Amino acid sequence: MNGNPFLDALVWLGDPSRWSGPAGVPVRTLEHLGYTALGVLIAALIAVPVGLYVGHTGRFKGLTVAVAGAARALPTLGLVTLFALLVGIGLTAPMLSFVILAIPSLLAGAYSAVESVDPATVDAARAQGMTERQILARVEIPLGLPLLIGGVRGATMQVVATAMLAAYVGSGGLGRFIFQGLGSQNYPQMIAGSLLVIVLALVLDLSLLLLQRLTAPRGTAA
Amino acid sequence: MTLHSTRRHLLGALGLGGVALGAAACGSSDPFAEGDGSGGEGGASDGGSDGGGAASLAVGSQAYYSNEILAELFAQVLEAEGHTVDRQFQIGQREVYMPELEAGKLDVMPEYLGNLLQHYDSEAESASPEEIHSALGEALPDGLRVLSFAEATDQDSYTTTADFASTHSLKTIGDLAGVDEKLKVAANSEFEVRPYGPEGVKSVYGVDLSVVPVEDSGGPLTVKALTDGDVQLADIYTADPAIVENDLVVLEDPESLILPQNVVPVVSEKVDEAAATAIDGVLAQLSADDLVELNRQSVVDQTSSAEIAKGWLTEKGLV
Repeated sequence: MNGNPFLDALVWLGDPSRWSGPAGVPVRTLEHLGYTALGVLIAALIAVPVGLYVGHTGRFKGLTVAVAGAARALPTLGLVTLFALLVGIGLTAPMLSFVILAIPSLLAGAYSAVESVDPATVDAARAQGMTERQILARVEIPLGLPLLIGGVRGATMQVVATAMLAAYVGSGGLGRFIFQGLGSQNYPQMIAGSLLVIVLALVLDLSLLLLQRLTAPRGTAA
Repeated sequence: MTLHSTRRHLLGALGLGGVALGAAACGSSDPFAEGDGSGGEGGASDGGSDGGGAASLAVGSQAYYSNEILAELFAQVLEAEGHTVDRQFQIGQREVYMPELEAGKLDVMPEYLGNLLQHYDSEAESASPEEIHSALGEALPDGLRVLSFAEATDQDSYTTTADFASTHSLKTIGDLAGVDEKLKVAANSEFEVRPYGPEGVKSVYGVDLSVVPVEDSGGPLTVKALTDGDVQLADIYTADPAIVENDLVVLEDPESLILPQNVVPVVSEKVDEAAATAIDGVLAQLSADDLVELNRQSVVDQTSSAEIAKGWLTEKGLV
């Protein structure tokens, strides 16, 4: 150990024994990815329909913005502890907290996606006889897709950074390395765990950025 | 308009002045300042008897409610002996108060066998309470000594529910070896690498178990995991009122795998034989159940440490 914890963290990562077994880096990374995906998916099932409705009809806009804003202020560790006191250890308490964490960004992404479409275009579609649902599905969503994916990207970043809290109540993920490193004053391990989260976050972010670019409709500024 | 802005500036200056005054008033008074009485608990008066003939002693405590109760116990028996006691509670970490003890600014401090020894000898390994006590006799610097230690402890443990203990006839940690199920213990994640964790119980008691990390240091989430049945064991501190509140059983550790943390006072030279005997009287009677009950009164009933101490001492006939 050469005394610099950051360098020692790289040594920790370079140790091949860390990369195998049920407590190894690959398993923990997949768990972490899984928690993120599940959290964002469940939040999307709730937030995206609501956001699309609010964006399309313009109703309850103020309420939605207020609720989303308030939800952002909730401290996730506090939520995890609170839910765990109710439902016990395991994945349920963290998952509930991750969903609450992801909703604001997805909600904002959804309603801003629909609102960003030029009203003239929507009018034209309506004039052509499209139903409201058809307008939403064939005009507003395709044109607003980059913003919607932007919301997904924001939510994913928040959840992947916070998913380490699953380890606080006995679940897996990269948080296992971080908490154990912190508790046993093994700072190279703690830093290594954090580095892995950062790399995972960057990979996800760049992938979603690419998706955003790819889905930008031709002829619009994405 | 000009007047308006001048008034605003004046108000701003007054406000700043007020804040500055307030900050100065709240400014930290050094509790160890020599006799200048600036706020807080004032200074420890050293040397010299007051009119009563018995020396004035400074009793301190850690920033831990349970430790403060212990300090109150010692303070009140000393007062019953005729000493004037200067209470300096909620001091903080060992790194802060041990130097003060060594410098003679504190006279009595409630401590715990293992942690106190490891403060002076970080390589010290777990041993029986008697062995740790003798080792302390050598490890402590001149001018300090430890008095006798109590049965009461405040340490890590392997704790289970009353049901599980009776179903499998569990009394000691070693009895777990006879249990058929896969054993899981809820504890902080660093438990995995501690000498008294899975590796330790395997080599000393022949017990296989795995750790389910719950990061609240034996707090409500850990207790809930145990009472919910998500785990069969949990690392709960032995003085935690949750033990009596949830009818839990602390498994005995006859091999002293876990570093013993029996309550033991560390005292300065100003504590004479009479004072030492008075304090020893408390320790002789302080059982493990007693300490849990005292803590319970603080946490659940929200009684003050002074009242809790008075009640127990009266009940035991020590004051």
